[in-house]
Amino acid sequence: MSEHEREVPGAGPSIDYVEKMAGRLRYHIIRMVGKAGSGHPGGSLSSADIVAALYFGGILRVDPKNPLWEDRDRFVLSKGHAAPVLYAALAEMGFFPVDVLLTLRKLGSPLQGHPDRKKVAGVEASTGSLGQGLSIAVGMALAGKLDKKDYKVWALLGDGECQEGQIWEAAMAAAHYKLDNLRAIVDHNGLQIDGPVGKVMSVEPLIDKFSAFGWETVSVDGHNVRELLDAMRRPAAGKPLAIIAETVKGKGVAFMENVAAWHGKAPQGEELERALAEVAMPENSEERGQ
Amino acid sequence: MRAARDAYGEVLLELGKENPDIVVLDADLSSSTKTSVFAKAFPERFFNVGIAEANMMGVAAGLASAGKIPFVSTFAVFATGRVFDQIRQSIAYSGFNVKIVATHGGLTVGPDGATHQALEDIALMRVLPEMTVIVPSDAEETKQAVRAAAAHDGPVYIRLGREAVPDVFPSGATFEIGKGNMFSPGIPREQVIAASPEEIRFDVSFIACGVMVKECLDAAAILETHGIKAAVAGFASVKPFDADLCIALARRSRLMVSAEEHNVIGGLGGAVCECLAENHPVRVLRVGVMDRFGESGPARELLEAYGLTGPSIAEKVKTAFSLL
Repeated sequence: MSEHEREVPGAGPSIDYVEKMAGRLRYHIIRMVGKAGSGHPGGSLSSADIVAALYFGGILRVDPKNPLWEDRDRFVLSKGHAAPVLYAALAEMGFFPVDVLLTLRKLGSPLQGHPDRKKVAGVEASTGSLGQGLSIAVGMALAGKLDKKDYKVWALLGDGECQEGQIWEAAMAAAHYKLDNLRAIVDHNGLQIDGPVGKVMSVEPLIDKFSAFGWETVSVDGHNVRELLDAMRRPAAGKPLAIIAETVKGKGVAFMENVAAWHGKAPQGEELERALAEVAMPENSEERGQ
Repeated sequence: MRAARDAYGEVLLELGKENPDIVVLDADLSSSTKTSVFAKAFPERFFNVGIAEANMMGVAAGLASAGKIPFVSTFAVFATGRVFDQIRQSIAYSGFNVKIVATHGGLTVGPDGATHQALEDIALMRVLPEMTVIVPSDAEETKQAVRAAAAHDGPVYIRLGREAVPDVFPSGATFEIGKGNMFSPGIPREQVIAASPEEIRFDVSFIACGVMVKECLDAAAILETHGIKAAVAGFASVKPFDADLCIALARRSRLMVSAEEHNVIGGLGGAVCECLAENHPVRVLRVGVMDRFGESGPARELLEAYGLTGPSIAEKVKTAFSLL
């Protein structure tokens, strides 16, 4: 079996393994954002299980040795400020060395504050200006249909990001072109910079909106790897699929959970120590004698 | 007399036959932009995304990521200012090979008025790193420019007009990205650059793009009858800018004139002034729309009202000379 062949559903990596990798991503996120002294931990942590399921749950068909392989699945991080979680996943996948993570946001680093596809292998789109990634994903999916390729295109959106009108232009187009090779996941953590999404500008009912736009929809617990994988493995149904993943902003670091202030602020000093202790990887924990 | 957009429709059809990677996107204006010609021949490679320009730019970027060469068309106002951030982030910064070919640029859109008259698009596209900006003078130069854009690896903005315009591109001339062409007198660009300033001299040199090349040729003819020797260079390639030809003309002329159907700020006139201020400071007269919005009216009457026809340009030049 070639390494590029899809995993047989049910025979993929274990749930434990994906959960362990999600933990590693969280550890990297805190370390790199802490070292950088700036960045977006809240929305990176809320996406960690989703991104771990995609990269380490046998969902994404990518090859770190051949990042531009034309049959690869594409993952577009439309909520580009969650760059740390993407970088962590790409490093763990072997697209670049893990120690590069600590150069995040430094002058000369390939790891820009928001992802730059020209600087980092495995980054499919340069995102950060919200609302644009889903359109790019629609274009990628259209190209896949034109070329009769079987790759899938995934886009990860923020719930606050769904306030951007362009998301709905793209949603309309995806359904119009019957792009069943396109899958959007909404990291539904309920918070944006200025506060609760429902208070700033309500996007609800989000799932009904996607349904009304002609998408197949499913709601899952965005921190339950089994639920995520089940939704991600749904067979194509002639239309795009939206997975609304219910998440907690800052998930995994108690004092960051459900606190909007941690959207775009790096923990420093004692806070960084506490955060690191919470997300420490097992081998790291042993070193600390915990 | 032919409209540049008709030439665009034709050359797009040719390119579609030659290269299966060419795809075309439009936002409900395909009959006006002439992408409808391509759509009819290659329906599977044509995407009418509806009235959703922001999405169109992103979709084009995604198609380009898979090796397609997307040509994206709508009116110049909607192809630039409306989607500036999408072009900046999803296309230029991302380095995607997307060709934006906008029609209905400038005042000569006519009766639709200011909302549909793009007078800022050249400036907006010119300021973007990685972006090539082309404003062809007529149908023939349009065909060559569209072919050059297709062959170029990187984002390109081409601005075309709505109206039929006279054929002015010198026969046998070649459009090249980054190079201007001498429209009058018929001296090759290379010769102008190589010759000593004593060998070739002009009183005034025009650097123009789009429909203004024809107006400058008219102005030059009028000025000749007054004993003022004029050169007219077409700078369809606004960016990259042909600094060599611009400086060479400045060295050989008492007055330089830029001319464009665009705000005098930030477009071709801006490029000429930037180049000459740094390299060969001379007096520059900028002909264009004087930092205001347009209005409704027949195309020709608008050009006259805004002082953009050959006779009014000739008058401006004579006045400028009287002040030199």
